Amino acid sequence: MSIVSKRPQDNDFTLKIGNVNGTGSASANSMLMKSLFRMGIPVCGKNYFPSNIQGLPTWYEIRVSAEGHLARSGRVDLMVAMNAETYRKDHADVAPAGYLLYDSTWPRSQLFNRTDIHILAVPLSRICNENFNNARSRILMKNIMYVGVLAALLDLDMNIIKQLLNEQFAAKASLLDANQKAIDLGFAYAKENFSCPLPFRARTLDKTRDHIMIDGNTTAALGCLYAGATVGAWYPITPSTSLMDAFKKFCDKYRKDPETGKANYCIIQAEDELGAIGMVLGASWNGARSFTPTSGPGISLMNEFLGYGYFTEIPAVVFDVQRCGPSTGMPTRTQQADLMACAYASHGDTRHVLLFPANPEEAFYQAVQAFDLAERLQTPVIVLTDLDIGMNDWMCRDLKWDDSYQPDRGKVLTAEQIAALPKFNRYTDTDGDGIAARTLPGTHPKGAFFTRGSGHNMYGAYTEDAAEYQAVVDRLRRKFDTAKELMPTAEADIDPKCRSGFLTIGSCDNAVKEARAQLAESGLRLNYLRVKGFPFGKDVQDYLDSHDRIYVVEQNRDAQLRSLLMLETRVDPNKLVPVLHYDGLPILARSVVDGVNQDLARGKAA
Amino acid sequence: MSFITKPKVAHPQLPRNELNLTVRDYEGAMSTLCAGCGHDSITGAIMQAAFELAIPPYRMAKLSGIGCSSKTPAYFASASHGFNTVHGRMPSVATGANAANPDLYYIGVSGDGDTLSIGLGQFLHAVRRNLNMLYLIENNGVYGLTKGQFSASADVGSRAKKGETNQQPPIDPALTLLATGATFIARSFSGDREQLVPLIKAGLTHRGFAVIDVISPCVTFNDHEGSTKSYEFTRKHAMTAIYADFVPPAREIRAQYAAGEAMPVQMHDGSQIVLRKADGAYDPTDRVAAFEYIQTHQKAGEIVTGLLYIDETKPDMHELANTPPGPLASLPFAKVCPGNKTLASIQSRLR
Ligand SMILES: Cc1ncc(C[n+]2csc(CCOP(=O)(O)OP(=O)(O)O)c2C)c(N)n1
Ligand code: SF4
Ligand SMILES: [Mg+2]
Repeated sequence: MSIVSKRPQDNDFTLKIGNVNGTGSASANSMLMKSLFRMGIPVCGKNYFPSNIQGLPTWYEIRVSAEGHLARSGRVDLMVAMNAETYRKDHADVAPAGYLLYDSTWPRSQLFNRTDIHILAVPLSRICNENFNNARSRILMKNIMYVGVLAALLDLDMNIIKQLLNEQFAAKASLLDANQKAIDLGFAYAKENFSCPLPFRARTLDKTRDHIMIDGNTTAALGCLYAGATVGAWYPITPSTSLMDAFKKFCDKYRKDPETGKANYCIIQAEDELGAIGMVLGASWNGARSFTPTSGPGISLMNEFLGYGYFTEIPAVVFDVQRCGPSTGMPTRTQQADLMACAYASHGDTRHVLLFPANPEEAFYQAVQAFDLAERLQTPVIVLTDLDIGMNDWMCRDLKWDDSYQPDRGKVLTAEQIAALPKFNRYTDTDGDGIAARTLPGTHPKGAFFTRGSGHNMYGAYTEDAAEYQAVVDRLRRKFDTAKELMPTAEADIDPKCRSGFLTIGSCDNAVKEARAQLAESGLRLNYLRVKGFPFGKDVQDYLDSHDRIYVVEQNRDAQLRSLLMLETRVDPNKLVPVLHYDGLPILARSVVDGVNQDLARGKAA
Repeated sequence: MSFITKPKVAHPQLPRNELNLTVRDYEGAMSTLCAGCGHDSITGAIMQAAFELAIPPYRMAKLSGIGCSSKTPAYFASASHGFNTVHGRMPSVATGANAANPDLYYIGVSGDGDTLSIGLGQFLHAVRRNLNMLYLIENNGVYGLTKGQFSASADVGSRAKKGETNQQPPIDPALTLLATGATFIARSFSGDREQLVPLIKAGLTHRGFAVIDVISPCVTFNDHEGSTKSYEFTRKHAMTAIYADFVPPAREIRAQYAAGEAMPVQMHDGSQIVLRKADGAYDPTDRVAAFEYIQTHQKAGEIVTGLLYIDETKPDMHELANTPPGPLASLPFAKVCPGNKTLASIQSRLR
């Protein structure tokens, strides 16, 4: 079965803006997206930017979907081509019957020669030059002017745009006037020269109530703030940098003690990621909730310490905002290719607790949960997001905070509890869950112990004794079984009569759901499971057991999630069909549908 | 190797400190280092200094990297918290620990390999942060634990036991620290306990990053003729520039010093160190002069020891970060979690 790609319709189209980075197009793009959002129409924005500061091509893609399909659409219905360098490619990318809008101050009728699309020529620079004096504002206004043109073409609510301008320039009246003027000029030009609105347009809905537009690095930072993290250590790396930037901004605002003026937090920019994770372990050893955000190269550097944290049983929270690997890879492109590197980071028999948020909303709640799990299990927990979740603006349900929340500090003995003990033994498990109680340095004279990454026995003393060593690593294995029970259950949509389904992870969520809807329309029903953490819980094993064909959808070349399932469950690998997307752009429904169809075709051919 | 803990029965005659503890209460597990290893003498000096300062053992954190030297935190103060990290990375762990709780005494013990090779980056960044801790380099010119390879502190011309001669210039911790802005720089010799104990006390009292580079001969791999880190060589070539006497708070300076020779330095906790200059020309508060002095003597084949530089005025990491006193972990949760109402107001800007 094939999915006919639908024509754009009202509230169902994709708009793409090609620009040069460093020209201030971000505010124009965000205004477009926000105006659609405020019209009550589900939207998402994806930013495709270069690993560069100024002068290279950058694109911003806005998908509008009344049905709420907010993965990358993979098509362009309306291209705003603002960068002559990429005209050729942008022109080629427009879907048949689509539109291309460009700055016709310098006409390019020869280049834009497709007959199956419409070319909208707007002399943006000329209008700017005629209406603005200053050179810098001419460049900026050119960007804001296309907002006006699009407002006419797509029938955006001009009152909302006015409101957004007022909010943005509340403090700078002169800028407000100039921006409003640019928008009005663009709007008037479009009204006069084109038949407005286009056949596909925005129509007011009520589908964004109780939602916000936010990126996952900001929500993860909020999670750290709300979980009570007090020490953050980091080394800058795209795409994780804005997580610590956000945390810092929130701390400046909400963590300054109103009485003393003191900073109830300590953020340290480390010399590298080895330093950052060392600081996190040191701080957590002393009882502070502590975290570090990083990306793949940082995870590689942190390996030795992650194994140390595992073996010495120190809590730590690491955010891996995954980017395209291997090596430096493509720093501004997305992937889910660190699954194996994180699950078994470091030499020796190590394994780590992982969380896989699917979107910024979940990144908030899982950030909080990461601290609870790390302290409960006394081990590093890695939250794996990716560039798509971390840096793009997603429409999410409002974040809620339960004011009765109390952090789970795990088995930390109080001074009274230590005093009551005949003797404190750091690595003795007294209740069979694989977790031994710990003390915080300086709490009580009887609470001292020695933390060492070398062989130690159940009392914390150095050992090279075979049996003593093995008792400790066997207990660590048992602790991992305890972890299974604490992991969040997978998101599931299961019809028990259906024996085939998807199994996916993280930011694949939207694309797989959209693909599932498309396949269902064409008569193929598939169940759905999205794992939210590692180790996998019983629900994951049950799903594997109760299905004959499982499409494992993930964003890496080597089917790493599938490998993890093979290693960590008793699934028959033959029923796990990899569906892979790994070109660095966020996954789209089409690649999922194609993957399923290819498998079905293979089945028929055999 | 034996891990039988000695019963800590103190001889009734043993002196007691303000906490009514004897020096035996600052002992650790039995050392497993080679008999005669310089590192063991330093362990003894640390116990003595902690005893004399009457530090409650459980308020002290001992951190180290990896190496023979880094094993020693297990051999003193078993009632203190130990943290034997990974090779060369103790400074980052100490930074995090200190960030979370500024109120403990932090003693870092490291080797020349741990500090000057694999750990040089972390070491210098701890210096830059002026992390409040005492950091001891037990410097033997070799990697003891991996059996005698040259370390980055081996002098040019120094001969290894197996006969090769080191050709690469050494990294001198004292000069490196002067150049990178350290606020407390000392050098000593494991065999000179008289000098070492007051330096450790001063270093523990210094508010900021205090480093003592202690020449600590490795009897197994680097104590032969031709080594510049042997007992014999060090005894012959060490020259003290400055003696440091530590005077606890609220105790008067009783010793008599010749006029012009003594130089009291006020520490942040109210104690003092009184510096006695062996060489009147030396000024341990003048970074440039210290640099020149050490280098001039180095050229003449002399190892300058004592408190080489001190600056008690620089802010430490916490002062710069404006953090509150006490462990961050003990802040009430309501102080660190802004609550649902604030979350709602943050989100009102995201629509
Ligand atoms: C990552 C890593 N690489 C190498 C080693 C092996 N190693 C252990 S101790 C050591 C050198 C220690 O030298 P130093 O710090 O001078 O200590 P010493 O034994 O001389 O006191 C090395 C290379 C290690 N433990 N970890
Ligand atoms: S090998 Fe050298 S440094 Fe190591 S314990 Fe023996 S004497 Fe000390
Ligand atoms: Mg050494």
